[in-house]
Amino acid sequence: MTNSLKKTLLTGFLLTVLFLAGGLVMPKWLLFLSTMALSHGLVSLGIVLLMRVGVVSFGQGFVFALGGYASAMAANHLGITDAFLMVLVGGGAAVLCALPFAPLLSRYRGIFFAMLTLAISMVLYGILVKTEALGGSDGFNVSRPTLFGQSIASEQSNWVLYSVAVLVVGVLATLARIYVDSVRGLVSLAIRENELRVEYLGASVSQAVATNYLLASFLGGVGGALTLMSLGHIEPNFAYWTTSGEFVFVAILAGHHSMLAVFVGSFVVEVVRSFSNLYFPNTWQLAMGLFLLVVIRFLPLGLGSLWIKRKNKQSAKQEGDQS
Amino acid sequence: MTTAQTRTMLSARGLMKSFGAVTAADNVNIEIPTGQRVSLIGSNGAGKTTFVNMVTGYLKPDAGTIELDGQPIAGLGPRLINGMGVARSFQIPQLALDMSALDNMLVAAACNDGQQSFWRPAHASDRIDRAMAMLSKFSLEEHAYRRVSELPGGVRKLLDIAMALTGSPKLLLLDEPTSGVSVDEKFPMMDTISAALASENVTVLFVEHDMEIVTHYSDRVIAFYSGRVIADDLPSKVLDDPQVQRYVTGSLKQGH
Repeated sequence: MTNSLKKTLLTGFLLTVLFLAGGLVMPKWLLFLSTMALSHGLVSLGIVLLMRVGVVSFGQGFVFALGGYASAMAANHLGITDAFLMVLVGGGAAVLCALPFAPLLSRYRGIFFAMLTLAISMVLYGILVKTEALGGSDGFNVSRPTLFGQSIASEQSNWVLYSVAVLVVGVLATLARIYVDSVRGLVSLAIRENELRVEYLGASVSQAVATNYLLASFLGGVGGALTLMSLGHIEPNFAYWTTSGEFVFVAILAGHHSMLAVFVGSFVVEVVRSFSNLYFPNTWQLAMGLFLLVVIRFLPLGLGSLWIKRKNKQSAKQEGDQS
Repeated sequence: MTTAQTRTMLSARGLMKSFGAVTAADNVNIEIPTGQRVSLIGSNGAGKTTFVNMVTGYLKPDAGTIELDGQPIAGLGPRLINGMGVARSFQIPQLALDMSALDNMLVAAACNDGQQSFWRPAHASDRIDRAMAMLSKFSLEEHAYRRVSELPGGVRKLLDIAMALTGSPKLLLLDEPTSGVSVDEKFPMMDTISAALASENVTVLFVEHDMEIVTHYSDRVIAFYSGRVIADDLPSKVLDDPQVQRYVTGSLKQGH
């Protein structure tokens, strides 16, 4: 195992422990808000992986809803109520449903990729709204999940579900960091920069786009399952375009350099949304829009550039000192 | 020149390519033995780059065959052709501008060795050592950690060629390696390229407009005019050819 791999694993482990410990002192409202931020952040993390290969999906609501519906149906109809199993069902179902679209989408770039993903998510939205067996536009409820065969007490549910979210996000975000730092991750970034060159070097660009799309689908599905467990309810709005838009919003806010920034961005959005909803119920989108404009103006590479730039400067200084 | 080698590396027969009313390749027939350094000359629009683009899979010929080391490649895509041993550099270097020169080399190595691991760090020390070795072949090690967007044009050209050479290709096509480079830099740059290629068992085709470069660095010259090959021989003979002097170099005096 290389030093950088060890460092990534150790950082992931320490951050996970830190967030778990933080949950012990958080009030209930903050636990719920943080769980939502972590769950939604996973979907945005998927978009960040797509951004690293040069495309943006405007339709991640597709896999977010699929993950939520699949885990909800698994709980209600198959008796799969364990939180971690529901997460796996959500992620797996999203990948299975995204699989047929991956070869098609991998041929498109820019706005065409974005609009196709949006179209796919809106088709799913239409189907969900019209399907009475799934509750139509009202959706349906799901009981609180269990954990390793044990039911979760009502007063502990927020903390337990937050802890589940932290563990799942901790593992997946660490894996995402390892992937981004890997050989394949670097090739993905080169595709974003110069697709023609990569193709002429013998790598398959469409395969890389399809791979990142499927990884993003898994993350989206897991995010949907985690959100469902916290809300105890699922509805077609999970697939609606405005939901997808919020995931893109967070991804742009975070930038594509830092995995942690995605969850910081997601948390900021949840906080701004909650408080704006409370004090400016009809204008919270205005506050969010202004906030994004400020970030784009002063941090064009996203929140992550705050600490990634510093890290790069330190490495450059070290290299300069060595030479 | 490697006269002892007789195996044909590249064989193009009856190549045709048109863009509307413009004929860019008109029954082009070229055989290139292994190990030769061949330059392609011709005025703008003569068909040199079209030929390179057909060999590297960017363009599909309307008719004709192309074989690499006996294997047909006409009509295949760039990726498959690269996998069979053809690499190229570009007139305008195609690089990841926001990445460092070293990262560009690491990408080239990753694409070429086919081991695109999901978990193996891209910046593992063994990979960096190999990339630095290739950079130093082209005297680029001092630029390794600089962003490509900050590098001068000549350095970018060398980096583009170094990336193409990473996969140890059988056939290397260089599209105008000295274009956009100052007169003073051209010969040192070609010396660097020649030195780097000396240790590689690679057949080289390069498109070039500078006849001094062509004379100094080619075993053979192929002259194009209006999509046709009008001369194909040793540099001295091709450059003395009246048709080449009339249509390519413009050195034919009036009255000839």
